[in-house]
Amino acid sequence: MTSPHLIWLLGGAGVILVVASVIGGILRQRLSPDGNNAVIENLNARITSWWVMVILLGLAFLAGRAGVVLLFALCSFAALREFLTLTTQNRGDHWSLVACFFVILPLQYSLLYVDWYGLYSIFVPVYAFLLLPVLSALRGSTKDFLIRVSETQWALMICVYCASHVPALLHLQIPGFEGRNVILIAYLIFIVQLSDVLQYVWGKLLGRTKIAPNLSPSKTWEGLVGGALSASAVGTALFWMTPFSLLQAALMCLMITTLGFFGGLVMSAIKRDRGVKDWGHLIAGHGGFIDRLDSVIFSAPIFFHVTRFFWSTA
Amino acid sequence: MTPFWRAFVARFTGQAISLFARFMTAPRAIWQGIEPIARQRVYFANHSSNGDFVLLWTALPTPLRRQTRPVAALDYWLRSPIRAFIGRDVFNAVLIDRRPEARTEDPVSQMVTALDQGSSLILFPEGQRNSSDLALLPFKSGLYHLARARPEVDLVPVWIANLNRVMPKSEVVPVPLICTLTFGSPLHVDADETKEHFLTRASEALLGCRPQPVGQA
Repeated sequence: MTSPHLIWLLGGAGVILVVASVIGGILRQRLSPDGNNAVIENLNARITSWWVMVILLGLAFLAGRAGVVLLFALCSFAALREFLTLTTQNRGDHWSLVACFFVILPLQYSLLYVDWYGLYSIFVPVYAFLLLPVLSALRGSTKDFLIRVSETQWALMICVYCASHVPALLHLQIPGFEGRNVILIAYLIFIVQLSDVLQYVWGKLLGRTKIAPNLSPSKTWEGLVGGALSASAVGTALFWMTPFSLLQAALMCLMITTLGFFGGLVMSAIKRDRGVKDWGHLIAGHGGFIDRLDSVIFSAPIFFHVTRFFWSTA
Repeated sequence: MTPFWRAFVARFTGQAISLFARFMTAPRAIWQGIEPIARQRVYFANHSSNGDFVLLWTALPTPLRRQTRPVAALDYWLRSPIRAFIGRDVFNAVLIDRRPEARTEDPVSQMVTALDQGSSLILFPEGQRNSSDLALLPFKSGLYHLARARPEVDLVPVWIANLNRVMPKSEVVPVPLICTLTFGSPLHVDADETKEHFLTRASEALLGCRPQPVGQA
């Protein structure tokens, strides 16, 4: 599943990380020699985690379709575990929660693996949506029933259904682009995450005007505009490895970076409501899986469907 | 089984159980009142699930884990050969008899012996699983007598959050949710402190480690 373009993207990410690691090392030497400058330590932890994420993604690409599907199934599992830790539930939901993890999640990714588009594209919003509340209803507890089933369904939509649209990109059939679909995944993730990083950088350097002060103190207009535009510029310059023309690539990049930003915003609103700073603790410096994936989760389904509608034959 | 293989299988089983606990709960240790260093301690925690000591054991860094033994009920852990293997060989539990009329050894002296051999202990002072609506059941006196017998040992409160949602009583299949373990500041019994006063203080210290609950209807 490797192609020269994939090597370019992974190599590019590697070069960025080498530069980031060097900068992180210099900043640590200058500003945090004893490791007590929290911002610098967090920056270095983030960079180290990025290395791990890029290497894992690279290995999944090497392993082919099974590797990519498995990687995202595991990410979905970890994300769902984080999400459902914070949702409203009681004893009566036990079986529906078990079903989320051990029936719906594996089924969604199995359907995706065998490319049963007609079922995997509606499985969670139709079948899980209707059948899961039945399990909770059968247990007879009515307290907060609507809140409980809605929050569980939301968790599934975000962590399983939306996330599964990343590996789904492998199945699009784009004339003249055969055998290179993995580029779509690498391109989507690269641009969206680059936008996140650049929003952070622009925000730290120039950020003044907060977009939603109640929600997140670190999201500023300067960061958003600077990050989305500079990441889109990089994405546009890489149009030659995608099925898109230069203009199409620019529009696609603006779309996914904006959606990615919205993802971060919505997920911050949930965290704020539940009184937590991060979704989890497993990715050092970043927080949880959802903290890192929120932007990809929000952009993947729409990127998938727009690409499918305009470019794919199946 | 030869002792070598028995030890090998026990080691492997311990790792497997620990890995499974990590998969289900991604346990997060918050060292709020102490540092995770190799010092002799008695960790005392709330008890709402059979997985409690496995999770606490898993959350400890490996060097600490090797020297830490759970204190567990003999009548539960010796009921079947597999349980006995897990209790004795895998976790090296200090098995105490909860039935005063039947026992041949005093639980407190068993625990003191284990401390004197250099081990740290995991103890559930409620004495049984808490399935009531109370945050904590009243503590049994074992913790006090242990504190009196070895006053220099740190008694560390550990609040285990969420495990009762992972595996509610009477359910058989666990649901994966993140659990946190909050380690509070160590306690010692004062020279002239009464049993009641000490146990209340210990119970309050443990409740003080409890994080804000989220997401429970």
